[in-house]
Amino acid sequence: MSKNKRLKNPLSLQIDPDLFREATEDEKKQQVTMRESISFMKDAMRRLRKNKIAMISLVIIVLVALIAFIVPSFYPYTYTKQDVTAQNLAPFQYSAKEQMKIDKGISVFPHIMGTDSLGRDYAIRVIYGTRISLLVGIFSALIVIVIGIIYGSISGYFGGKVDMIMMRIVDIIYSLPDVLIVILLSVAIKDIVSNSKSELIARLGAGMVSIFIVFGLLYWVSMARQVRGQILSIKEQEYVLASKAIGASPARIIRKHMVPNCISVIIIVAAMQIPSAIFTESFLSFLGLGVSVPMPSLGSLASDARTALRSYPYQLIFPAIAIFLIVLSFNLLGNGLRDAFDPKLRN
Amino acid sequence: MNAKFLRYLFKRLFMAVLTIFLVIAITFFVMHAIPASPFSSEKAKSDAVIAALEAKYGFDKPVPVQFINYLGNILRGDFGLSTGWVGNTVSELIMGGFSYSARIGFTAAIIAIVLGVILGSVAALRRDKLLDKIIQVITTALVSMPSFVMATLLLLLFALQLGWLPSLGNQPGGLVLPVISLALYPMAYVTRLQRSSMLDVLGQDYIRTAKAKGVHNSKLIFKHALKNTLTPVITYAGPMMAYILTGSMVVENIFSVPGLGRLFTNSMLRTDYMMIMGVTIFLATMIILMNFLSDILYKVVDPRIDLG
Repeated sequence: MSKNKRLKNPLSLQIDPDLFREATEDEKKQQVTMRESISFMKDAMRRLRKNKIAMISLVIIVLVALIAFIVPSFYPYTYTKQDVTAQNLAPFQYSAKEQMKIDKGISVFPHIMGTDSLGRDYAIRVIYGTRISLLVGIFSALIVIVIGIIYGSISGYFGGKVDMIMMRIVDIIYSLPDVLIVILLSVAIKDIVSNSKSELIARLGAGMVSIFIVFGLLYWVSMARQVRGQILSIKEQEYVLASKAIGASPARIIRKHMVPNCISVIIIVAAMQIPSAIFTESFLSFLGLGVSVPMPSLGSLASDARTALRSYPYQLIFPAIAIFLIVLSFNLLGNGLRDAFDPKLRN
Repeated sequence: MNAKFLRYLFKRLFMAVLTIFLVIAITFFVMHAIPASPFSSEKAKSDAVIAALEAKYGFDKPVPVQFINYLGNILRGDFGLSTGWVGNTVSELIMGGFSYSARIGFTAAIIAIVLGVILGSVAALRRDKLLDKIIQVITTALVSMPSFVMATLLLLLFALQLGWLPSLGNQPGGLVLPVISLALYPMAYVTRLQRSSMLDVLGQDYIRTAKAKGVHNSKLIFKHALKNTLTPVITYAGPMMAYILTGSMVVENIFSVPGLGRLFTNSMLRTDYMMIMGVTIFLATMIILMNFLSDILYKVVDPRIDLG
């Protein structure tokens, strides 16, 4: 009877409860197609892990860092120890004195990269130079992160006149030729440092001190610009308005919207900062404005190698490979981080 | 050339002049913060001689007065007297060195731009093919190599090991290696810029329209695409200038070219403060002017850009 009724009026909108039956557990499960909720960091890290080149670079950086910071503590040679009987040895070559020792049955640790013109083990000097490069890169990134974030977020948060004045200052600093200012300061500071009695400054050397001063004065501007731009634009986003409308607290807005959106920019800019800082340091050391002797730096090692380039080319090759490897790895990791953390590319 | 553009032009020019003034001020006051007098580091002289020298160079006047004098002299093209090369003015030395550096730098810049644009376009047109991958690997390697590493490796390989090219800049053909060492990094950079900008343009609607109309491939690239891909390269002109000028400091030292960069490092060795100041200001002015020009040119060639 009821069946006939339905056939009579196929366009009826009246719902017939007889046609429904309860869903089985399996069918219920099928309806849950929502993807697992992933936090922004997790998502970015997942994409970074997928990027083979970036992961290889990261592994290389970690390995180089481990070598640079652990090996010197148990290495049988130091970067200052000179041996006049073992000058300019080729890699794995022993001096006459060392050969005699070996003949007597005493084991001598090989000079993996040979020795320099003063008979210092070259491998440990390259390792120390690498350590300087890494330290410069990491500390400059820290300086840039701290100053850039504070400056940029103040400028972006207050907006208006404060923002305008602060950004004019950034514009001017941005247009200063940084390398020239670094050189100028190194020349000046070198003179002041050589008269200073502070041991920390003396150990770091004029070039180091001026590099850090200049990073503190000049290099944070791109970070400040990026952070400010992010904060300004996020402030005006509809989703921030929406979360305000549904009663989200400012703390939640900062935590859920401001921080994740800024973090990607911060990571990208900081990662790009590291290789450029390493470049600058090695450049200054090459010109003789970096670390003070006897502390080696990859730049000063390459510079010293020039005097006997024809006879001992490996004294150039080893520091050159080291700096190339470090900068290349940081560049590739930076690219990978940019691809992983740029929200615009998120899919 | 509307009013808006003129206003931008003047605003940008004002910024450039202000920056140059700041560089002069920083240079001057940093140099004057050095405790040692420019003359005390030289061989022992009597106090009377030092006093006479200081009076001659104007070092006995108060610092602000010295600064005004220095500024006025610079505007007249007078950077003072060199103390490291006695008997020469700083301006003469700068001009002498600059004639070498300009030749090397200009050639390097042209090579970098031309090769970079060609390689970048080729890479973009052969996207994800073998050629593109090779170009990408090489450029990535090149931008990870500091100028001094590049220069010394080239010197080692082509001058010392193979003996194809002379190792000193004053020999015939001696400027080839310095030019190559300066050009490789900017070339790699331009290649990467050009590649991404070409890919960007090729994906745009007007290119698809032109293709649909049946425009021939070469005409499509040269007439429709290439012009629009060049704007990002223009913005790199300023940083490239900065790279080439600072890079010439190491390259000229390595190949013994008597250019401005070598002069600069030598004046540091001789603690010739007037020279250091003069060269810093000169190089900074070149970089700032190049930035200014590339900014203006960028706005001229691409009218879509908002003149903020």
